[in-house]
Amino acid sequence: MSKTIKLVYEVTADDFTRAGEASGDVKSKLKMMGVSPEAVRKVAIAMYEGEINMVIHAGGGRIDVEISESEVTVVLADKGPGIEDIEQAMQAGWSTAPDNVRSLGFGAGMGLPNIKKYSDFMDVKSQVGAGTTVTIKVLL
Amino acid sequence: MNMKLGDFISSAGFEIINGSGNMDTELSKVFCCDLLSFAMSRNPAGSVWVTVMGNVNTVAVAVLTDGGCIVIAESAMLDPSALEKAKQQGVTVLRTELPVFDAALKAHKLIVDK
Repeated sequence: MSKTIKLVYEVTADDFTRAGEASGDVKSKLKMMGVSPEAVRKVAIAMYEGEINMVIHAGGGRIDVEISESEVTVVLADKGPGIEDIEQAMQAGWSTAPDNVRSLGFGAGMGLPNIKKYSDFMDVKSQVGAGTTVTIKVLL
Repeated sequence: MNMKLGDFISSAGFEIINGSGNMDTELSKVFCCDLLSFAMSRNPAGSVWVTVMGNVNTVAVAVLTDGGCIVIAESAMLDPSALEKAKQQGVTVLRTELPVFDAALKAHKLIVDK
């Protein structure tokens, strides 16, 4: 890998059937590049959590992925309702997911905590009423 | 302590819902969980994942975590969209009438505790 690869994905609101397609695509690209299985797994899990969050809470959004020799950066940006209290949202088990999402097996309040666990760097910027941007880095 | 997926399928005797996975996949662990929020971060690579949650996201989580196969316990249903995704992605899905614990124990005895 000598140059930086940039990928862009649009995430559709409330489409659980397609959720995971973007992270699945990045996963297979990283695998093909020979990235270690451990790093591929970290990126796939962290990005899928972000993708699901966008589907559940934010009415979809856009994901920018940058793959360099040393790291993978994933920026998930949405124009959703925003997060009032980021510290609270980062706590395992804290959830505002509706019942229909819980019946699918999601909404246990593990999204942001899982992203933190599986990334080497994580930043959440959010403004109520304007949207949220989550930046994730995984070192290769 | 490992077993190939193909050998597991023939030994376990579970119903094959989708058998398009790689039969040489090495299975090494058994994992039980219905909450995808947890399974996403805990399902080990090369696992037999026993669950009653048969929606399309179960398949997505199995793909992202490099799970070995999915076993749907309690004869629970696999959604048509999940079956389609499993076929597309080459994820083996089995089904049994056994409860989660019994199905997992059977898999454990075959793979881990031989």
